[in-house]
Amino acid sequence: MLAELGLESLDDLYAHLPEEVLLREPLKLGPGKSEYEITDYFRRLSGRNVAGRPCFLGAGAYCHYRPVLVDVLVGRGEFLTAYTPYQAEISQGTLMTIFEFQTMLCQLTGMEVANASVYDGSTAVPEAVQMARRITRRDRVVVANTVHPEYRQVLETYARHQGLETAVTGYVRDTGMADLEEIERETDERTAAVLIQSPNFFGVVEDVRQAAEIAHAKGALLIVVFTEPVAYGVLEPPRQADIVAGELQSFAIAPSYGGPYAGVIATRQKYIRQLPGRLVGRTKDIEGRGAYCLTLTTREQHIRREKATSNICTNQALVALMATIFMTVYGKRGLRELAEQNLAKAHYLAGKVPQKFFGPFFNEFVAHSAVRKPAEVNARLMERGIVGGLPLGRFYPELEDCLLLCATEMARREDMDAVAEAILGR
Amino acid sequence: MIKKARQHVSQNESLIFERSSPGKRAYQLPPLDVPAVDPKDALGAGNVREEIGGFPEVSEVEVVRHFTRLSTYNYAIDHGMYPLGSCTMKYNPRVNEAVAALEGLRWIHPYQPDESVQGALEVIAALENALCEITGMDAVTLQPAAGAHGELTGMLLVRAALEAEGRPRRVVLVPDSAHGTNPASVAMAGYQVRNIASNEKGMVDLAALEAAVDEDTAALMVTNPNTLGVFEENIVAVARILHAKGALLYMDGANMNALAGISRPGEFGVDVMHLNLHKTFSTPHGGGGPGSGPVAVKKRLEPFLPLPRLVNEEAGWRWDYGRPQSIGRVRAFYGNFGVLVRALAYILAHGGEGLRRATLDAILNAVYVRKKLEPYYELPHKAPTMHECVFSDARQAGRGVRTMDIAKRLIDYGFHPYTVSFPLIVKGAIMIEPTETESKQELDLFIDAMISIAREAEENPELVKGAPHMTRIRRVDEVTAARKPVVRWTREEEK
Amino acid sequence: MAATYPENYRYTKEHEWVVVEGDTATIGITDYAQKELGDVVYVDLPQPGDSVVAGKTMGSVESVKAVSDVYSPVTGEVIEVNQKLADAPEKVNEDPHGEAWMVKVRLSNPAEVESLLTAAEYQSYIEGSES
Repeated sequence: MLAELGLESLDDLYAHLPEEVLLREPLKLGPGKSEYEITDYFRRLSGRNVAGRPCFLGAGAYCHYRPVLVDVLVGRGEFLTAYTPYQAEISQGTLMTIFEFQTMLCQLTGMEVANASVYDGSTAVPEAVQMARRITRRDRVVVANTVHPEYRQVLETYARHQGLETAVTGYVRDTGMADLEEIERETDERTAAVLIQSPNFFGVVEDVRQAAEIAHAKGALLIVVFTEPVAYGVLEPPRQADIVAGELQSFAIAPSYGGPYAGVIATRQKYIRQLPGRLVGRTKDIEGRGAYCLTLTTREQHIRREKATSNICTNQALVALMATIFMTVYGKRGLRELAEQNLAKAHYLAGKVPQKFFGPFFNEFVAHSAVRKPAEVNARLMERGIVGGLPLGRFYPELEDCLLLCATEMARREDMDAVAEAILGR
Repeated sequence: MIKKARQHVSQNESLIFERSSPGKRAYQLPPLDVPAVDPKDALGAGNVREEIGGFPEVSEVEVVRHFTRLSTYNYAIDHGMYPLGSCTMKYNPRVNEAVAALEGLRWIHPYQPDESVQGALEVIAALENALCEITGMDAVTLQPAAGAHGELTGMLLVRAALEAEGRPRRVVLVPDSAHGTNPASVAMAGYQVRNIASNEKGMVDLAALEAAVDEDTAALMVTNPNTLGVFEENIVAVARILHAKGALLYMDGANMNALAGISRPGEFGVDVMHLNLHKTFSTPHGGGGPGSGPVAVKKRLEPFLPLPRLVNEEAGWRWDYGRPQSIGRVRAFYGNFGVLVRALAYILAHGGEGLRRATLDAILNAVYVRKKLEPYYELPHKAPTMHECVFSDARQAGRGVRTMDIAKRLIDYGFHPYTVSFPLIVKGAIMIEPTETESKQELDLFIDAMISIAREAEENPELVKGAPHMTRIRRVDEVTAARKPVVRWTREEEK
Repeated sequence: MAATYPENYRYTKEHEWVVVEGDTATIGITDYAQKELGDVVYVDLPQPGDSVVAGKTMGSVESVKAVSDVYSPVTGEVIEVNQKLADAPEKVNEDPHGEAWMVKVRLSNPAEVESLLTAAEYQSYIEGSES
C-alpha cells in the first residue's frame, strides 16, 4: 500500500505535521499485552473487590437478579457492534427494540411518550427541568430534598449557568415524605416545576396526587423522578405528573460501580417536541411496508446546534436494550411478582429493626441505629461477608445515626436476620 | 458488480406486543422465604396499581427468537466496514467484553466503602494515568458519560477557571466546521457562540481568529485534526493568539485516532479537551451508546475538576470530596465504569508502540482510500489527509445524484454508508474514516463499490437515486414520521 | 415556472412576506423559503399577546433535516395565529402566500412596512442569489 501511495515508510504519513507538535519519545505505556496478560491483570484487580456477597445497599443503584438471556442477546455482534440507527434501512433491529422500549416505559410510568433513553437518572433531572422551563417559560424550580442528593448536585452544576433559581424544601420528620406544605409555600407563578422523587431517597412513597395539585394550582409542572423502577411493578405510577424522569439500572443493568446506566424521560403527548434525547417513530417505506426511523431529529444538536433542546448526541442503546429484554422476560405478571417479593423482603427486615420513618415504602427504608453506630454495624456485617446499608450521615447530618437499607428479591432471610442483629447490637 | 453482499431469506418479526398472549411466561422466581405482604396494606390501597396494561407476556424461546430475529436486521462492525467519518468505527475487541463481565468488576455497588473496591479504584487510576500520558495533559476526569457530556464539562471548567481569575467572559468561538454538539454544549454552559470561518484550506483562519479574539473571549473550541481530517497546521499559533488574550484552547478529541502516539494535544497548547472512549478507545457503540467522554486538563484547571477525585493514601485509594473549587458533579457516582474497563483493556493490549502503530495504520488507510477515489469524486480540500477524508458529490450532482443517494447505494454493496452531509462547510459531503481495523482487502472492496457507484451515477442515475434496492425495507418516509410522530405501540382498546 | 410574488405584499431578505390591512399585518414565509426547506413538518409560532420586533426571530419552520428561524418583518403585538398549520404543516409547501399565513400582528409602527422590499425587488434579490 505504501508503494502505491509513493511513500517510503509509515512515518511519511505525518511528515507534513509541524515539527514542534511531534512526540519526541514513545508513549510511556509499556509494551502491548497478550490476551492472557490482560485477563490476568483484570482478574487480579477484580479479586480485590468485595463482590457477589449479600448486599443491602440501594440509594440509586440496586442489586437485582439479572436474567441470563440478557447477556446472550446483547452480546450478539449485531446489537453490540452496531452504530446509531441513522440509516434506517440497515438498523431496523435497533430501531424496533428502541420503539418497544419507548412503549414499555410509557406503560410502566403512565405517561404518553418516552424517549429512547438518556445517560442515567441523575442527568435526566436537569434535562427534565430544562424541559419544564421551555414549556412554561419560567425560571424557578422547587426541589424536595428527598430527591437523591447526588441528583440534586448534578442539577445544581447544570443550573448554575443557566439562570435557574432553585428552592430546596425539606421532609416531614415522622413520615419521611417531602413536606408538601413547604412546597406549597414555595411554589408561585414564577415556578416552572416542582421536583419530587417517588419512592424517594429514603424509600418512602410520595403523595403524587397532592404534589400535582399544588404544582398545577400555580401553573407549574410536576416532575417525578424515580431511581427504582421495579417499584412500579406494584406501585401506582405517577399519572398526574407532567414529566417523569428516572433510572433504569434495576432492569438487568449490573451495578458496575456506578455505570454505564440508562435513564429515561417520559411525558405527555403535547410536550413531545420539547423532549430531549433520541426518539424512534413508526412510518412506512417507499413501498408501503411498516418501518421505523429516528424522528423529530430537528430538536437535536446536529441540526439545531446552539439552539438545540440539549447537547445530547447519544442514547444508551445497549443498556436500554438490557432493560427492554428484562421487561420482556418478566413481563406483565413477572414484574408484579418481582415487586411483591421485594415488598415482602424489605417489610420483613423493617419489622425487625427500629424504623425512622412511618411513611409507606417499597424495598428501601431508613433504620435507626442508636445502639450501634451505622459504621460499626457495617463493619460487623462485613466480617460476616455481608455488605450493609448506606450510613445517611454523609448526606443528611441530622440522620447520622441512621442507615438506609434495601432488601430486594435477592435478600435471604438469614442475611436479613444478621443485619437486624447487627443493628440491635447483638 | 456487487461482491460483498447478497440477498437472503430472513425472518419476519413484528413487535413483541403483537406476539404476546396472556399467561405466557419467561421467568420463574424462587418461593419467598419470608411472609408475603399485601401491597394494599404496605402501600395504601390508593397506591397499588392495576396490571401494567400492554406489557408483554411471552415464553423464553419467544424472547430469544424475537431479539435474535431483530438483530439480523442490523448491520454491525462484525459484518464489515463502517466508513463513517468522525465516528472511528473500529473493531470492538471481545477481550474487553470478557474482562468487563468479571464478577468483581460488575457486581460492585457504587456506595460500597472504598476499602472494599480497591481493585476498581486501581482501574480508574490506571486509566486516568494512561489518558494523561496519551494526551500530554496533567489530570483527567472520567465522570462524563459521553463526548457531549465531556464537552459541557470542559466548558464548565473553562468558566470556573476564568471566574477564579476575575470574570468568566461571554463568548466561545466555534469553527463553522464543528460537530453540532460543540455549539450546543457552549450554549448549555451559559456562553454565547460566535462562529469563526475556515480559510480556503478548511483550517482555522489565523487572521480571522486574531480579529475575533478579545478580552471577552473565553475560549476557542477546535477539533484537531479538523472535521476534514486535516491537521490544523497553525495550531501552535492558534494557542498563542488565545493565550495572549487570556483565553483558553479547548480541543474536541473526537479525532484522537489520528494523533495517539504521534502527537500530544497538551504539547501544542491545548488547555482542556475531551476524549471519546467509544471512538478512539474501541468501546462498542451498542447501537447508540453507552459511551464515555473523559476530560483531560492542564494543571491550571485541575482544582475545578468534578468531585470526587481519587487520591492515593497509605491505606490505599480513596475518594476525596474535599474540593472547594470543584464545579461539582456532572453525574451521580463516578463515571461509566464498565466502559472505562474496556478502554483500559484496549490501551493495555496496544501499549505505547501499539497505539502509535494503530494511528499510523488508520492514517494509511484513509490516505489510500483518498488516492484511489480521487479520480472519481470531487476532493474540495487538498491538504494532506490524516485519518479521514472528505469528498463531495459535485461530480455526480450534475446527474441529480446526491451524497445521500450514493450512501444508500453503498448499502446494496454490503457496506454501511459513510457520513453524509457533514461537515457543513462542504456541500454534499462524503466523509470517510476507515480506521486501522480494515485490511487492504476490505478497503479494496469498498473502493470498488464506490467506483462502481460513480459509474452508475453516470450511466444509470435512477438506480442510485432509488437505492437501496436489496434491503428488507427501502427508504423510509421521514416526513410523515416527523409530521405525525407515532413513538409507541398502542393496544387496540387504547386507540 | 417562476412563482408569483403578489404585488401588494412586501418582502424581507430573510424570505418573509407581509401584507397590511389598516393596522393589521399578516405574515408568512415565501415560496422561495419553502422550496429551500423541503417538506415542512412543523411550524413553531408565537402566541396571541406576544410582542414581536422587526428583525428579531419570532418562531421557526422545520423540515426533516433543517430548522429555519422566522424573523418578524414588523414590530407589534400578535393578535392571531394560524391554527391550521399545527395539523397541516404541509400547507406551507402547498400555498405559502395564502392559506399558510402564520401570524397576524397589530402594528405599532405601520410606516416601517414601507422600507421592506417590493415584489420586484424581492424577485431580483432571489434571482441574484441563485446565479
